[in-house]
Amino acid sequence: MNAPSNLKYTKSDEWFDPASGAAGITDYAQSQLSDIVFVEILVDEGEEVTVGKAIASVESVKASAEIYAPAAGKVSAVNKGLSEKPETLNSDPYGEGWMIKIENGAAGEVMDSAAYEKYCEGRTH
Amino acid sequence: MTYIPISPQERDAMLKTVGVKTLDDLFEAIPAKRRFPKLDLPPALTEMEAAAHLADMASSNENVRQDLISFLGAGAYNHYVPSVVDHMLRRGEFYTAYTPYQPEISQGTLQAIFEYQSLMTNLTGMEVSNASHYDGATATAEAVNLAYAQYRGKRKKIVMSPSVNPQYRAVIRTYSQGMGLTEVGDEAGNHEDGPEVLMSLIDEATMLVVVQYPDFFGRIYDYKKLIDTAHEKGALVCVVANPTALILLKTPGEMGADIVVGEAQPFGIPLWYGGPYLGFFTTKKSYVHKMAGRLVGETVDVRGNRSYVLTLTAREQHIKRERATSNICTNQGLLALGCSVYMSVLGRQGLQEVANLCYQKAHYAAAELSKIDGFGLCHPEPFFHEFVLCTPKPAGEVNQYLLDHGVLGGYDLSTDYPDMQNHLLVAVTEMNSRDEIDTLVALLKEM
Amino acid sequence: MATIIEPTIFELSSPGRRGVTMPASDVPTVDLPAKDFLRSELPLPELAEVDVVRHYMKLSSFNYSVDGGFYPLGSCTMKYNPKINEDTCRLPGFLFTHPLQPIETVQGNLALMYEMQDWLKEISGFAGVTLQPAAGAHGEFTGVLMMAAYHKSRGDTKRTRMLIPDAAHGTNPASVGMLGMSVVTIPSDSRGNVDLKALEAACDDTVVGMMLTNPNTLGMFDENIEKVIKLVQGCGGLMYGDGANLNALLGIVRPGDLGFDVMHFNLHKTFSVPHGGGGPGSGPVGVSQRLADFLPSPLVGIIEEGDDETAPLYGFVNPKNSIGRMKAFHGHFGGGLVRSYTYILMHGPDGLKDIAQYAVLNANYLQARLRGTYRIPYDRICMHEFVMEGHFEGSDVRALDISKRLMDYDFHPPTNYFPLIVPEALMIEPTETENKDTLDRFADALIKIAEEAKSQPDLLHNAPSTTQFGRMDEVKAARELVLCCWLPENYEA
Ligand SMILES: Cc1ncc(COP(=O)(O)O)c(C=O)c1O
Repeated sequence: MNAPSNLKYTKSDEWFDPASGAAGITDYAQSQLSDIVFVEILVDEGEEVTVGKAIASVESVKASAEIYAPAAGKVSAVNKGLSEKPETLNSDPYGEGWMIKIENGAAGEVMDSAAYEKYCEGRTH
Repeated sequence: MTYIPISPQERDAMLKTVGVKTLDDLFEAIPAKRRFPKLDLPPALTEMEAAAHLADMASSNENVRQDLISFLGAGAYNHYVPSVVDHMLRRGEFYTAYTPYQPEISQGTLQAIFEYQSLMTNLTGMEVSNASHYDGATATAEAVNLAYAQYRGKRKKIVMSPSVNPQYRAVIRTYSQGMGLTEVGDEAGNHEDGPEVLMSLIDEATMLVVVQYPDFFGRIYDYKKLIDTAHEKGALVCVVANPTALILLKTPGEMGADIVVGEAQPFGIPLWYGGPYLGFFTTKKSYVHKMAGRLVGETVDVRGNRSYVLTLTAREQHIKRERATSNICTNQGLLALGCSVYMSVLGRQGLQEVANLCYQKAHYAAAELSKIDGFGLCHPEPFFHEFVLCTPKPAGEVNQYLLDHGVLGGYDLSTDYPDMQNHLLVAVTEMNSRDEIDTLVALLKEM
Repeated sequence: MATIIEPTIFELSSPGRRGVTMPASDVPTVDLPAKDFLRSELPLPELAEVDVVRHYMKLSSFNYSVDGGFYPLGSCTMKYNPKINEDTCRLPGFLFTHPLQPIETVQGNLALMYEMQDWLKEISGFAGVTLQPAAGAHGEFTGVLMMAAYHKSRGDTKRTRMLIPDAAHGTNPASVGMLGMSVVTIPSDSRGNVDLKALEAACDDTVVGMMLTNPNTLGMFDENIEKVIKLVQGCGGLMYGDGANLNALLGIVRPGDLGFDVMHFNLHKTFSVPHGGGGPGSGPVGVSQRLADFLPSPLVGIIEEGDDETAPLYGFVNPKNSIGRMKAFHGHFGGGLVRSYTYILMHGPDGLKDIAQYAVLNANYLQARLRGTYRIPYDRICMHEFVMEGHFEGSDVRALDISKRLMDYDFHPPTNYFPLIVPEALMIEPTETENKDTLDRFADALIKIAEEAKSQPDLLHNAPSTTQFGRMDEVKAARELVLCCWLPENYEA
């Protein structure tokens, strides 16, 4: 499992980059979901989001998940290409798989990468 | 009569293994004072007695094959079902299987659904079909669900043609009670208008436009302009279509429709006093993730055999639960198979013969009926196998008179449209011989 | 290239081949509508009748079915479907009656529906029944709509939360979602009952009600059922019963007597409507007195009372505050109601009780035989089904592998991965129509498979190996989305 140290993480497995405002799902989340076949971003550019608001819906071959905003603020960008290539979430969750960018996003309750890694280990038995 | 294959000796041995003395001991978790109620039901009959009893009940009906001449349609049609259809449906391998959750031992059902999907998309000119809905009405209501989900509740207006089957419109009203939708276009009195009137009602808040093809009064319109207008405003369009008419007519897909649904009962399913029937649902590939219902896709197995599985199942209730577009689980599987067998055994040419017979006979009937004094076609538009006959007396009276002579005249439109007192909706299919049509004409002449 | 075991109906097509033909027209020919109104092509197959029969016979041979073998699919009640039902539902008087015929001409149908309403009331202890819903989920939606309408009629508009146990079937929350209500998940306790503490904490004046399957999807009859109902109704909520598991209760207890307000029946489970490879089913709904006015319209009622000489006149009546229509026409009459009517008629009150007793005996017998080999997380006397865990300490064998291996022993697997609260769930419902020998063979196979899981796990991982098809590539299907074989744009090619 991979969790870059420059990112912040939520208990519901979203990541947030305080530097760029980008947010998405973690490597752990994508591996739990397995093969992702559908993603829909539920917010539009310019929309205000609060922490915990559903920003995306993801479906894999055997599971589905709602993705929640890890930070509050205004959505400055939406990764429009993602819905065409949902498998990007499996192959590059922290890069091409970003979902939205939140301008001056104020993160909610988040962990650093070390804490998140520990949190994930605790869940796999 | 019992179907329990366990002898008393076996029962006792099993009870012993379980560790209880009697069958009744298995039910101690049930509140004692409510346990083992006496049910006031008729005593059990043997198979022979039950068969006779049911035969009595069935024969106390007057049916449209042996007792009555019928020109009744309005959403359910009397068509010929080739013998092969029921022979296939009676295969226990098909009708006593469950939903194909285990694809390795359900390829028969899965391939049959895949073929059904293919047949329906080719018929409607669409790209994707699901494995079926309960009936045409609920399929239409599911189109509303799709549109609602597509706009994530941000658009809440439906433009509804008043000439969509009134029962379908009623079902949509029931289904959408929790969505806070507004519905326009459906006001009483609008029904004489064509689709142009609907165009001005479509705006940026409109999520879905619903029209019927041919419409409830049998009229054929080309909806292309309406659909283009809807698309300009970003709305989706659902066309409720009759499958027999689609054999002949330009497909809604060609007109640009986003969703094509309807009742496939005319394709191999008996009238059966209203059900079970078969709701078909087809759409564009871009809406597949918002479509409800089961879907079969092609794949390969580990041995390299081409095979089929239920796919995109994460859309459905068992995984998505309260976030699913629809709660549908059990659908109309066996009847979808019947529909496929019907389409296959008639084939392209046989189906064209059916459609042509319907068209020819309906037009003969319309022509002869309009020659009678006081009768005439209410609408000038082209029609397929159903049309509105304007009658000199209320349609209800006309129907009563005809029934006294063993004829079901048609559907009394005042049931749903109070200002259409003298309007009889007449359906003619390949089942109506020229003699029957002439009988109807002669009776009305004498009325 | 994949090997094609049976071509599709399109691939079998050959231009010009004919199946069933229609008679020539006996009326003068008129012109078709203008060309603009007509379709340019009709890309449908062309086959002879024998081609069609062989094709579907071949497909049928790929299916496992109740007629072919043991199908212990939990929650689905895959009982034997009596053959007589297939004949009665095809009697011409039923097959060839149009749903809009005048009521005077269909008194046989209406009498059957009227009696069916009455019988279902009697069996379940409810005051009213609608036959309109098409399946279980459709019945749930009907029930939830009535619950909402009831609260609304009393001006009680705060109620937006539905309580649903964690073991519930997906259709329960999905039905609630269709109405925009929210779902509150209630945990189960260690005996498989509703956790009363959690329930109590969740009950307040925003609760629409509770949707409870009882016996639940663990096969357990809730030992505190009356307390559960009291708690829910005590805070003004209504009690919904998911009747999918009614097979265990016929003549044993009536949900209406326990205090349930509304319940759907699955005629395709309890009352032997065959499942048809996915449907059609039939999902009538029963309600207590206080919900009777909200039933969907129309119901079948008596329009004119009869007397000793003449039968009553049956017709349609509309409940006062009806939620409206759930589907076109009157429900799944022919393929649903007639079959179930025949079935109930042939069983009578004692026969129905036998069904429940033997369904429960068979489940308990299998549970007893498998206890010790498989972990049974809620281990007490079960009702018509039980759930065990399909995994073993120190082994990577999963429930799915066990299921697939069962196919090699010529059994249909149990339900997998449901309910969600049991890890690697295998949910087993034998039904009452299986004999002891079959149950023993099935138990022996599962015990043998448990041994194989230790000694030769690859046998399980690679199973099934004796079936016509092996495991499928589900990722390929979902990624490539080949959903029909003949897209119009490919037609010319
Ligand atoms: C417990 C339970 N509830 C509801 C349903 C839904 O019933 P149906 O498939 O008839 O819609 C099922 C069927 O699988 C079920 O097992």
